[in-house]
Amino acid sequence: MDLGLVYREEYGRCVATLVRLLGDINLAEEAVQDAFAVAVEKWETLPPNPGAWIVTTARNRAIDRLRRESTREARHAQALLLYQKDEPGEVGPVKDDQLRLIFTCCHPALAPDARTALTLRLLAGLEVPEIARAYLVPEPTIAQRIVRAKKKIRDAHIPYRVPRAEELPDRLPPVLTVLYLMFNEGYTATTGTLIRTDLCAEAIRLARELAALMPDEFEALGLLALLLLTEARRPARLGPAGELILLADQDRSLWDRALIAEGHDLVRRCLRRNRPGPYQIQAAINAVHTDGAATDWSQVLALYDQLWPLMPTPIVALNRAVAVAEVHGPAVALAVLDDVDIPGYHRLPATRADLLVRLGRDAEAAAAYDQAIALAGNETERDFLLARRAGLHR
Amino acid sequence: MKQYMLAVHSVAGAPTRSDADTQIAYAQTDKINNELQAAGAWVFGGGLLPPESATVVRVDDGRATMTDGPFAETKEQLGGFWVIQCADLDEALAWAEKCAQACMEPVEVRPFQGLPEN
Repeated sequence: MDLGLVYREEYGRCVATLVRLLGDINLAEEAVQDAFAVAVEKWETLPPNPGAWIVTTARNRAIDRLRRESTREARHAQALLLYQKDEPGEVGPVKDDQLRLIFTCCHPALAPDARTALTLRLLAGLEVPEIARAYLVPEPTIAQRIVRAKKKIRDAHIPYRVPRAEELPDRLPPVLTVLYLMFNEGYTATTGTLIRTDLCAEAIRLARELAALMPDEFEALGLLALLLLTEARRPARLGPAGELILLADQDRSLWDRALIAEGHDLVRRCLRRNRPGPYQIQAAINAVHTDGAATDWSQVLALYDQLWPLMPTPIVALNRAVAVAEVHGPAVALAVLDDVDIPGYHRLPATRADLLVRLGRDAEAAAAYDQAIALAGNETERDFLLARRAGLHR
Repeated sequence: MKQYMLAVHSVAGAPTRSDADTQIAYAQTDKINNELQAAGAWVFGGGLLPPESATVVRVDDGRATMTDGPFAETKEQLGGFWVIQCADLDEALAWAEKCAQACMEPVEVRPFQGLPEN
């Protein structure tokens, strides 16, 4: 029995349900943590429905807590309220609870930095040090952001609900951003740690729920497709020794066919609607990568040209340059890269190095690899770059 | 129910509005006041005279002193405000959007500290 796994899988769901029952984020978190502490003592084998067990226990713990602290009238009223609620459901309302909590955490009245931190904390169950590491921000800063956000939710009465249809266009983008960032944290962080794999799975699960709830929001479908098509390639991304394998060299038979089929189906649904947004186009790019025996780079480049006006970020420019290299050759791509500046991001010098190698300019390539190696924070990527550099002709 | 202050901020030195626009803003604001009252959200509200009309009272060591002018000499000054009551921040924000549109100035939404909830 792996209690850690249960914790990672059930934490967000349980907190969301308890927030609904209690109307108080801090109390909900405390109660769920209490319940897991009880589980550590009591569970000899896994109960049939661990999530429901945790929710029921957390609810009882919360009642105890409120009773102890019920010198204050309000606390007493809150405890009474709890008694009147029905037994927590097992599956039905849980989905909505999480979506409501995501929309609460991503409310436009909260600072964007706080939204991500709070969502990663409450829905993905990440601890403050983990979030701090992911964002290269000191722990007290993250802790403070989370505390402030929770306080504002309470003080300003930010409602715990999924927005109405007419509000969705305004409220959806931060939610999509948070899910995308959550997935990326899992996908590109230090390799091999289970928690990070879980983070990808959690982001996909939440994106599925979002897409199911809002089938007419095509960017939500686009995000889900993007995550599925990226996740599908993960089994081929690392070699036997944990080394990074680039797309072109991946063993395509290892890709997850079911995820690819689902992703392609979503992309086709989006295309039929023909109102492309940034996530739908990125999903389409990944659909091209996962279609057939090799990537059709001219299609990829056409899609980047379509993405660029909607999302004119340096990262998109960098990725577009990679497609330019495949279609028009490394010299043209190198000229494109001259206009791109992403301070501190190792992929930029790494891409430049790769182009220089293809042009036979090994000495310049070595210098670019050195820059990239100095900037790469992820060990797997650094090892990959070191190997590339070592393979240069001198 | 929760109470919020919707504070209207005017920026000193910003291009002055034409008289016609000012009249439009007044008329629109009257309309919003009526809407707030009809919806049961109205608690209190009003426009303020310019900051030059302000006096600040301070008490130091039990002695009151008065100074002419606003508390802070900033460019942005409180121009008026509403106090409204509604269920949650989203409702308050929806009113604030209408108010900002009506009076043609930015509106800050602030919850009141621990007022009784009915």
